[in-house]
Amino acid sequence: MQQTVPYEAGPWRFLPSAVMAAAFAWFATFLPSASAGQTAELVFPWVPTLGIDIAFRLDALSLLFSLLITGVGAICFLYSAEYFHNDRRLKRLLTLMVLFAMSMLGVVLADDAVTLFVAWECTTITSFLLVGFDHHKADARYKAQQALLVTGMGGLALMAGLIIMGTVAGTFRLSEMADFAGFTSDPLYPAMLILVLIGCFTKSAQFPFHFWLPGAMAAPTPVSAYLHSATMVKAGVYLVARMTPMLGGTEVWSWTLSLVGATTMVVASFWALRQSDLKLMLAWTTLMGLGALMLGLGGGGYYAIGGAMTFIVVHAFYKAALFLGVGLLDKGAGTREVGELGGLRGAMPMSFIIIALAAASMAGLPPFVGFIGKELIYEGALHATTEEIFVLTMAVTANALMVAVALVLAIRPFFGTFRAPHAAPADPSILMWGGPALLALGGLGLGLVPGPFGALIGQITEIVRAAPGAPELKLWHGVNGALMLSLLTFALGGVFFWGVPQLRAALIREEDRVPDSAAVYDILLNAMRDTAAWVARTTQNGRMMSYLRVTFTTLALMVWGAIFVGAGAVAQIDPDIPLFHWGLVIAIAASLSTIIFTGSRLVAITALGGIGLAIAVIYVLYSAIDVAMTQLLTETLIVVFVAVAFTKLPRAGTGALRIGDAIIAAILGLGVTFALLAVLGSGLEQDVSAFYLEAAYPQAAGRNIVNVILVDFRALDTLGEVAVVLIAGIAALAALRAGREVKK
Amino acid sequence: METIVAVLAGLLVAGGAYLMLSGNLVRYILGLTILSNAANLVIFAAGRMAKAAPALTAYGADAPAAGVANPVPQALILTAIVIGFGLFCFALTLAYRAFYAMGTARMDAMRIAEPREDRG
Repeated sequence: MQQTVPYEAGPWRFLPSAVMAAAFAWFATFLPSASAGQTAELVFPWVPTLGIDIAFRLDALSLLFSLLITGVGAICFLYSAEYFHNDRRLKRLLTLMVLFAMSMLGVVLADDAVTLFVAWECTTITSFLLVGFDHHKADARYKAQQALLVTGMGGLALMAGLIIMGTVAGTFRLSEMADFAGFTSDPLYPAMLILVLIGCFTKSAQFPFHFWLPGAMAAPTPVSAYLHSATMVKAGVYLVARMTPMLGGTEVWSWTLSLVGATTMVVASFWALRQSDLKLMLAWTTLMGLGALMLGLGGGGYYAIGGAMTFIVVHAFYKAALFLGVGLLDKGAGTREVGELGGLRGAMPMSFIIIALAAASMAGLPPFVGFIGKELIYEGALHATTEEIFVLTMAVTANALMVAVALVLAIRPFFGTFRAPHAAPADPSILMWGGPALLALGGLGLGLVPGPFGALIGQITEIVRAAPGAPELKLWHGVNGALMLSLLTFALGGVFFWGVPQLRAALIREEDRVPDSAAVYDILLNAMRDTAAWVARTTQNGRMMSYLRVTFTTLALMVWGAIFVGAGAVAQIDPDIPLFHWGLVIAIAASLSTIIFTGSRLVAITALGGIGLAIAVIYVLYSAIDVAMTQLLTETLIVVFVAVAFTKLPRAGTGALRIGDAIIAAILGLGVTFALLAVLGSGLEQDVSAFYLEAAYPQAAGRNIVNVILVDFRALDTLGEVAVVLIAGIAALAALRAGREVKK
Repeated sequence: METIVAVLAGLLVAGGAYLMLSGNLVRYILGLTILSNAANLVIFAAGRMAKAAPALTAYGADAPAAGVANPVPQALILTAIVIGFGLFCFALTLAYRAFYAMGTARMDAMRIAEPREDRG
């Protein structure tokens, strides 16, 4: 009966892409001014008393990232619109992507540390939703949670770091902090450094926090292309660059960045070769790229910084193109498994060209922009302030492995015998391959004409280093050390590619033996869950008696706490007590023990009445006539009610002596006695009483002062009290009636 | 006398708490009643007790003679007794209803809100 009409998204699906393209064009108009060192600001007061504003500032560094976010965004949104053309979830996907893009723009444009942090957390949350986009899959949920917990924890560290920085500098404006020179000499410098870097390292997936990024590949391909190549993972790199003028320039800064970056770089390049899923392979090479960026920023010289900034663009171009290209293969040929693809260059020419061009840039071949980026990083490593041999070895090894990965990407699916799950593999529509083609060609174009782009990079280098001097971006630097290293890299890369099968086999063999930070994450997560479960089981055990014991123990502790904190002189027990009064005390104590130890309900009720009566006598003896009357009335009613109710309720029984409960009760009772003695030992303010005594007749025309207080001075309280009793009566009546209905 | 009341209040609180901890609804109700009596005594003693005249203004006078009983704690206790009575009535009804709804007066056996997980 029900006909399924294939879903088709309307033309609205191109809107986000168009808006992003327009934003890109708008940002592009700032290129000349930003490259010349001018900035634009936009400030809304937020919490002026704390000096916190919603402040944005566009300088060359922010502009570079804004252009990447909007440019790659426009391409990825267009791609998504086609990729999910027949998927009802497209609206959700595009909404989340746009929200993410806006958060990301907030991060790179923020000039206020608090604004930056808020935008930073927004990227964490939106990326959590995007990684877990296929939320019906348990694996996607696990991976999304992993990404959220790792980056969210880093976000908290970052917040603490930013607050310390703001307090030390006396301002939360990043542009003003950059002019404050006292960070590195402050005693809190190590704390700021560690906290801020933890934030950056978790976000940019540096070793040992790197494991969440390959996990985040559970996201749909366009999401990975956008978040995990050009934008989110670069947020940490951006912040390190932004912080360099404030926290950088010290030994510990350079060493931390170099070591962490280099480790990430080499570890990631090896594991990239182990992957058989093309997308996972790309994820690991992204880690390598991020490691290279940290290494470059740690270098500190203008070659290293300029190289890192160039590499950001290089990487965004080729990595987004490759992710989208792998998406084309997935869509057109039916799989991302490299072993199941082969000989597709004829059937899917556009995919082949895109992946080949992007891979060439990734391998750092001239005349692609990747070559320029790599040359600059090598040049920076040759001038490194830290151990240059170490940095160079790491950089060459990682880059050579990148060459091997690039060769795998460009050759395996497209040459050799024809293999594909789809019977007739073909390129998807131009709406899908157009964007990645533009990115791949852009990598070539920037390499051929790097001049205008060089001005922006130069300006950024000066901002980050807070010193003049910028590298020149050109293809041919003459025969120098960097060129020699490039040639060495290509040669090594060829060797690695030739040895890929053996290398993979070895990596798979060793995989279980290598310590893995993802396993540590699981252990910590499980430990947290177990602890939470244990706490819940122990405190929320469902036994009412245990709740009651906790309540009384807490009460006893509070009473004794108050005595220890506040008690001054404690009154001594008066020795001259009339025998009659002792008689009252003994009567009450006897009644009490009777209630506790009797098994008979009737005896218990009688003893309860005895206690009430004895207390009424105390009130009478000490001139509290009205209180005594009320006490007699309510005690009588209570005895009657209890007597009636107990005929319907079971025998109470005495039960065995419960030592634990007796101790709790005794401690509480002793506490009350001591607290009251302490109260009696201190003075008594009689002002309020004196006022009532004098004012009762003149102001309220009443001679019974207790009554006047109740019905005149505190009439509203008494009204409330009457209301409470009335409500209790109604509720009791309702409860009794409800019982009758059940019985019917 | 206040110091004796301090001992008395301590005794009543301990006894009331012990009864409330017994795990039986009937004894819980008895304990609750004793506890509220003890609380009233504490307030009474804290305002000092004296064998003085009640806080009444004589005819023809504007204020009572010096040395009458302190009226403020008495007013407070009056309120407390009445409120305590309302609470007692409601608690008694609830206990009665709970017993008929669950067929037991043992508090640890009342686990509708948090059912036992280990046993079926």
